[in-house]
Amino acid sequence: MTASGWIQLALYIGVLLLITKPLGAYLVRVLDPQRGGGTFLDPVLGWFERICYRILRVDPRQEQNWKGYAVAMLIFSLVSMLLTYGILRLQTHLPLNPQQMANVPDALAFNTAASFTTNTNWQSYGGESTMSYFSQMVALAVHNYFSAAVGIAIAAALIRGIARDRSGTVGNFWVDLVRVHLYLLLPICILFALFLVSQGIIQNFKPYTTFATVDQSAAVSTTQPAQQIIAQGPVASQIAIKMLGTNGGGFYNANAAHPFENPTPLSNFIQMLSIFAIPSSLTYYLGRMVKSQAHGWAVWAAMFAMFLAGVLVCWGAETSGNPRLKELGVDPATTAMEGKEVRFGVFNSALFATITTDASCGAVNSMHDSFTPLGGLVPLFNIQTGEVIFGGVGAGMYGMLIFVVLAIFIAGLMVGRTPEYLGKKIEGYDVKCAVLAILAPSLCILALTAWSSITDWGLAGLNNSGPHGFSELLYAFTSGAGNNGSAFAGLTCTPTSGDRHYNIALAFDMLFGRFFMIIPLMALAGHLAAKKVVPQSAGSFPVGGATFAVLLVGTVVIVGALTFLPAIALGPVVEHFIMHGGTQTF
Amino acid sequence: MSTKARPLFDPEIVKPAIIASFKKLNPVHIWKNPVMFVTEVGAAVTTLDLFFTKSHSFVLQITIWLWFTVVFANFAEAMAEGRGKAQADTLRKSRTKSVGRKIMPDDSIQTVPAESFRKGDLFIVEANELIVADGEIIEGAASVNESAITGESAPVIREAGGDRSAVTGGTTVLSDMIKVRVTANPGESFMDRMIGLIEGAKRLKTPNEIALSILLSALTIIFIVVCITLKPFSKYAGPDVNAAVTISVLVSLLVCLIPTTIGGLLSAIGIAGIDRMVQHNVLAMSGKAVEAAGDVDVLLLDKTGTITLGNREAAEFIPAPGVSSEELADAAQLSSLADETPEGRSVVILAKKKYGIRGREIHEMPHAEFVPFTAQTRMSGLNFNGDVYRKGAADSVRKFVASGGAAFPAEIDQAVDKISRAGGTPLVVATAKKALGVIYLKDIVKGGLPDRFQRFRAMGIKTVMITGDNPLTAAAIAKEAGVDDFLAQATPEDKLALLRREQAAGHLVAMTGDGTNDAPALAQADVGVAMNTGTQAAKEAGNMVDLDSNPTKLIEVVEIGKQLLMTRGALTTFSIANDVAKYFAIIPAMLVGAFPQIAPLNIMKLGTPNSAILSAVIFNAVIIILLIPLALRGVKFRPAPAVEILRRNLLVYGLGGIIAPFPGIKLIDLIVHNLLHVA
Repeated sequence: MTASGWIQLALYIGVLLLITKPLGAYLVRVLDPQRGGGTFLDPVLGWFERICYRILRVDPRQEQNWKGYAVAMLIFSLVSMLLTYGILRLQTHLPLNPQQMANVPDALAFNTAASFTTNTNWQSYGGESTMSYFSQMVALAVHNYFSAAVGIAIAAALIRGIARDRSGTVGNFWVDLVRVHLYLLLPICILFALFLVSQGIIQNFKPYTTFATVDQSAAVSTTQPAQQIIAQGPVASQIAIKMLGTNGGGFYNANAAHPFENPTPLSNFIQMLSIFAIPSSLTYYLGRMVKSQAHGWAVWAAMFAMFLAGVLVCWGAETSGNPRLKELGVDPATTAMEGKEVRFGVFNSALFATITTDASCGAVNSMHDSFTPLGGLVPLFNIQTGEVIFGGVGAGMYGMLIFVVLAIFIAGLMVGRTPEYLGKKIEGYDVKCAVLAILAPSLCILALTAWSSITDWGLAGLNNSGPHGFSELLYAFTSGAGNNGSAFAGLTCTPTSGDRHYNIALAFDMLFGRFFMIIPLMALAGHLAAKKVVPQSAGSFPVGGATFAVLLVGTVVIVGALTFLPAIALGPVVEHFIMHGGTQTF
Repeated sequence: MSTKARPLFDPEIVKPAIIASFKKLNPVHIWKNPVMFVTEVGAAVTTLDLFFTKSHSFVLQITIWLWFTVVFANFAEAMAEGRGKAQADTLRKSRTKSVGRKIMPDDSIQTVPAESFRKGDLFIVEANELIVADGEIIEGAASVNESAITGESAPVIREAGGDRSAVTGGTTVLSDMIKVRVTANPGESFMDRMIGLIEGAKRLKTPNEIALSILLSALTIIFIVVCITLKPFSKYAGPDVNAAVTISVLVSLLVCLIPTTIGGLLSAIGIAGIDRMVQHNVLAMSGKAVEAAGDVDVLLLDKTGTITLGNREAAEFIPAPGVSSEELADAAQLSSLADETPEGRSVVILAKKKYGIRGREIHEMPHAEFVPFTAQTRMSGLNFNGDVYRKGAADSVRKFVASGGAAFPAEIDQAVDKISRAGGTPLVVATAKKALGVIYLKDIVKGGLPDRFQRFRAMGIKTVMITGDNPLTAAAIAKEAGVDDFLAQATPEDKLALLRREQAAGHLVAMTGDGTNDAPALAQADVGVAMNTGTQAAKEAGNMVDLDSNPTKLIEVVEIGKQLLMTRGALTTFSIANDVAKYFAIIPAMLVGAFPQIAPLNIMKLGTPNSAILSAVIFNAVIIILLIPLALRGVKFRPAPAVEILRRNLLVYGLGGIIAPFPGIKLIDLIVHNLLHVA
């Protein structure tokens, strides 16, 4: 735990706090122009926005009820997913394929299409060895925008449901989709990509370049090749949205550990910041919409507390490293450097890992598989909270709001009233929606991990045995259902045998985790919107302040994450005690 | 009719409750409670496991305690039901103590208990007797006091034939004698139906209970999947782990994790809430009504009888210039000696208390001539020793004084004005020679109310006073009582309109009422408490009846509603928070055999894996019994802002729920492991 680490952490938190309010206020202008008054870009791009509506045949003034909104979202997701599947299956026939990548096999294409549609960006493939530039840009990068915008739109719909009084509608999906793209994601990403290029990220359509390796002294082998192929491509444009949209799907297999994806400490810092930028600002948006900034900040504080705890545990565990290696005389500071970039070191790897798993980003600048058991537990646990520690763009907010509803329902009675969220009574229907949204991903994770842990195809994919192998399995399905997309590397999902189990199981994992959460959640939004607002008084359940933040953290941890405690015990926890108390490492 | 709180574990209730808790093991009954149903299925599974397991003693003990978990939950419910039933019986007994004079077929007259009257029976009733059942007069005519039903104290004439022949059970004959034919069987009256509800037999789940059941079911489903998937996980982890994770261990883990505490106590809490209302002599029509009472944030309170005592009292004597206070007090007292109204008596008392003027008795003053109040003079007083003392409304006294040619000082007019503005009633006192001063009669706000309203305000509950007084008077009393708002010169229609306005603004409104014209508002209100002395229409329209007919009790009603909800929330939070410790007991126990290195995770240092699991299961069962008193009595209630209440309850039941099981399980383990030698 170095001084430079503390300084960087303080800097990160400070800058994050600084951008939360202005970006949150901007989100109001983007999503609810009638309240926020439109963005400064509205006059510039309004004509294009209107063309979009004309093409989509949408009347922007016509709002939808929750069913209409959800159906529009599902249709959009289905069509765009099929498009991606088609492109991947047909990439040999499509342009911009200088490396002549083959068509993507069916199960992998299905997995990838599901992955990018659900904002997961789980990658059962290596980008530079599987995808053409056309596939990367049109099939994948486009989805980075789509899925991020869908997440923000759903969050906005739910928040409108909370804020509105006896309303039948929750907004118009198409309007939200267009405005988020036009006024939020595209403008920021254009600037962000330019910044990344300035840091050294490439942006080209060139074929891969071959260089002779520098050290030619040793005999040529697989570990000492005489030449190296350097992959090229339109990277910067994809990385910008990959981070800002908490997608996390790397252009290259090494993801943000690759110098072309994350070249400098500054690019690393700004990428980490961009992951939390929108999720953090959405708490401010929440406060503005429900006219209780104290509530927005309380939600922020709950997220932040869990984030900080995660960083400190992960950083601490990685700093203390592996006791077995210390016994062998390895410099204690470097015992946990396996799987980490020397450029980033322990702190920036631990911070990046925590952020990328708090938010359902999934980009990695180090290999979580190589973390110490406790250090690796943090990313796993983060995802198992339901991706609500800031979370994915929109997804973190709506996931957290489900926990808000549950927390209020459980503890709300204790103030002596029927539970009430900002003047809206939480009744049986709302509880039903909330628990369905929480049940779906949890059950998916447990069932699929159990299935894979005792079947031949499941065990065949493992590179490690014992508790560490179990962690890999658990992590994969957790990451899928949580729509995170990061991996405990070491799991082979696309084996040379052509076995499709992992790709298909994970695809369903991701689709369930996303849509079986969103549908009950939209029902909740619709039901809340229709309710009468009970005026607030001193007797109302307080949704601002430290007490509420603590309650919210408690609910997330006890109701959300403790579900996984037995599974975690069999993975990282056992591994931790064996590493410290025994003689074995995994 | 008062039903006192009985001791919590009254043997009269406990014994049948124990029997009932075993009868309730019937799965058809348990099915309605998903959490306890899963527990019972778990108990059945470990019972079956007894035939297959090699560790008989361990599985047997687990099995016994799992069955006990279900029995304990049943016991909680049976206790609450038993207490409800006991309350209902007490109420019934008090109702049936009255007797009536029945005309037997042979025309003889026998005195028999009221409940023995059946439709078609004949009885006679005369002055100062209670009419024992609803019926029709077939002979005679009588004046009847129907205030118990109508709230009107003026007697009405009931006579045979025509449309005034019906009499109502519970009313009293004031004069004459009548012969009545019974028209309704006992047990069919309104009150009887209400008492039936208290017994809990026909209790429906309230909306909040349904919502909570959904949450508890969802948690149960999650934990079922957690426990089922643990089997493949342990198979992956190796033969040692797989051997440790037996079916009985999994069932133990499952039962410990699902919210059995709140699942077992949920219905007891609901029944106890209605029960607590009964202890305050309030009959609630449904559990839903009790819950709604907790949600209420506007109270419509009638001024007279609720906020103020029914009568005004003399508060001050304001003498005219040149008149001493003593002189005025003396005259005021003399003028009031014959005035038997509460106001008149209060003048005598004030004079005595403040100026030491002894109340003179009538027999001490043989020459005194009392002048009663009449509608013409609008004054009352006394002629004594040639002196004339009068008190009355300012205008009347002015005329009286003017007729004697005496002056009526402007200061008296000012005082009269001032008192009127302050909401009081001025009475001017005069002799034939001069006006002496003014008596200030004021409404007396019931003791402690301003403080209570203040606390309600802190809880976000608005109080609105409803009065027929003019706005000036109303404002003054409202200020003194500390209500938030008032509605002056209110008619029942105004009251209903105000109620609708508040509801339209999203408020939940509680009110009391007794007259038939209150019925629409009582029906519209979220909580409508009808006075038992009120009309039948009012009682049918409200969702609660106050047997004491004390409108101030509305405040207690709200508190009981809040307490019910708090108790439910507190036990839910406690139950869920308990899981943390149970994980720490059971998970190390399951794994330590295969991975001895994880011993440090056994932070409670429990004896052996078996004793750890058993201790967690025992804790889980025993905590239900330990919390029965809390469930039945309710958590401590103190009016405070929601923020404060939440903070305190989160500390006690949230943090407490996380911490408490650690020493609890440890203690049980010490006993189980060291004293009972469970290996």
